[in-house]
Amino acid sequence: MSKVKKRKSLNREGQSSGIAVNAVLLFLVILWTIPTFGILVTSFRVKDNVFATGWWKAFSDDSGFTLENYGQVLAGRDYKLKSDTNGNSPVKGDNMAGAFLNSISVTVPAVVIPILIAAFAAYGFAWLDFPGRRPLFILIVALLVVPLQISLIPVLRDYQKLKLNGTYLGIWLAHTGFGLPLATYLLFNYISTIPRSILESAFIDGASHFTTFVRLILPLSVPALASFAIFQFLWVWNDMLVALVFLSGAGAKMQVVTVRLLNLIGSRGQDWQLLTSGAFISMILPLTVFLALQKFFIRGLMAGSVKE
Amino acid sequence: MATVELKGIGKVYDGGVRAVDNANITVNDKEFVVLVGPSGCGKSTTLRMIAGLEDITEGELYIDNKMVNDVPPKDRDIAMVFQNYALYPHMTVYDNMAFGLKIRKFSKEEIAKRVNEAAKILDIEELLDRKPKALSGGQRQRVAVGRAIVRQPKVFLFDEPLSNLDAKLRVQMRAEISSLHNRLKATMIYVTHDQVEAMTMADKIVVLKDGLIQQIGSPLELYNQPVNKFVAGFIGSPPMNFLQAAVTEEGGKIMIDEGSFKMAVPDADYLKPYVGKNVIFGIRPEDLTYQATEEAGKTMNANVTVIEPLGAEIHLYLYTGKHQFIARVAPDIAVEVDQKAYFTVDFSKAVFFDTETELAIKK
Repeated sequence: MSKVKKRKSLNREGQSSGIAVNAVLLFLVILWTIPTFGILVTSFRVKDNVFATGWWKAFSDDSGFTLENYGQVLAGRDYKLKSDTNGNSPVKGDNMAGAFLNSISVTVPAVVIPILIAAFAAYGFAWLDFPGRRPLFILIVALLVVPLQISLIPVLRDYQKLKLNGTYLGIWLAHTGFGLPLATYLLFNYISTIPRSILESAFIDGASHFTTFVRLILPLSVPALASFAIFQFLWVWNDMLVALVFLSGAGAKMQVVTVRLLNLIGSRGQDWQLLTSGAFISMILPLTVFLALQKFFIRGLMAGSVKE
Repeated sequence: MATVELKGIGKVYDGGVRAVDNANITVNDKEFVVLVGPSGCGKSTTLRMIAGLEDITEGELYIDNKMVNDVPPKDRDIAMVFQNYALYPHMTVYDNMAFGLKIRKFSKEEIAKRVNEAAKILDIEELLDRKPKALSGGQRQRVAVGRAIVRQPKVFLFDEPLSNLDAKLRVQMRAEISSLHNRLKATMIYVTHDQVEAMTMADKIVVLKDGLIQQIGSPLELYNQPVNKFVAGFIGSPPMNFLQAAVTEEGGKIMIDEGSFKMAVPDADYLKPYVGKNVIFGIRPEDLTYQATEEAGKTMNANVTVIEPLGAEIHLYLYTGKHQFIARVAPDIAVEVDQKAYFTVDFSKAVFFDTETELAIKK
């Protein structure tokens, strides 16, 4: 009898702690979503209202919503040029389409290159025996703590000499370098857990290290590759500092989305209602990438291979 | 097919730990050799050195009379079946088996022919499209064996392939691997810690302990003429009984005196040097014959402590007052726990061991 009671009370405890966890989670979700929601609302408001009242007033006053901000961001911003002869004449600024292409040109190779290098490196560190393996690996992991800001100026000076400033190759290499320590570390952790006997079996079957890597390691590492790809994609896509430093030499024709957005809001930040719609537009691609790669997070990919 | 020869093979790991010492083994063509021993005895290390997965520290390894110490695994023309199957989880059964052939650039038709043939032998034809995770343990091990068969290698290596299977499946797969050996007529080297597998499958057994080969011989040689106490105790189930006893000479007869009984040993000239000393008296449970009454000087007497009726026979656990031992008796013998029981001994089957060296005393 007492046993039954105990179990019941335990159950109730479990339930109430479940509710508490859910409540905390809900609170955090709301806390994180409110500002985003505010930005979303703002992006549909008329410029003057944005400056007059907070976004939460948007539903009570009857000023209504507009798509004008999105129009300006997508089609190019209206500048008014004052001239002596015929008053104000409107001029279109740069639109986002070019910036989108630039961002893609920067991001895709800046994701693929470090993944390739890091996967090879991780395989080497995990499964090849060579002198200095441990110290080298520790060195790479130690590089995780170096902030990229301190390397910007030295790299920029080297790029100057190599004439890599303002080129895509330059920024790909920069992002590759900044991303490699984390990528190597992540992939090493995954690849080193692949059972040794699978590799040995492949070697006996006649596979070289390269074949083993391509035919076994890469397909089996897909979840780790996908998670790093998402990391790196978001980081590179949202990066402004590195792009500003290494690409501004090329001028407006190589501006990425983040830099273009910065220019949109005006030199004194007076047009930040455009930033809100610009932010939402720039979110589309990373969100798509995230959702697309998510399906590669497969649990139990190794199932059936070995018996533990 | 092929021969394998180990000449003074030794393995010392980086930390200075010695895993295998001076192993000399000759595996003849088409022979089924089993390396057996308790865990940590160096049997798997030896196999992995033959496979080329471990460097050989000392000695020379010959496959088909060619020294292969520095030949990588893929060029040794061997195939290996692992304890944990080691299947490629993202490939179908067909692709698992075809993998080695594809790498070796066999034609598509040849690959299909060999894979289908192997699948037929192993009765896994209907599984070819499945992935390993959709297979049971026994099926997985069959695929692993199939992957070895399709290569048609010079030598098959098995590293405890059955130890992950349940008992019933193990017995079945044991028979299948034996019949596979008969059918393929291939050289096979098989590692196990299970002496039953060794006894039932091997043409030749190599018993290892602490990295040292204890004895090499056919199953019956090892069973009937063990060279030392370890081999005697390791081979056979239930294991051989060991009783320490003093050797005495009374009226020209050699006697052994266990303390609670004395027995005359017939034709025991080989024990003469041990008169006045202790020896270890080794006798297998089936070489004891139950007697209802005591006969001084001819029977062992002991108390029954446990009775294990197995249907076809009974295992009696007995205690002499100094030693425990086991006897296998006929199922119709009526005994009870705590009762006295008496046994005559088939001394032609008994083995005596030196107490210090634990080596068998030669008859």
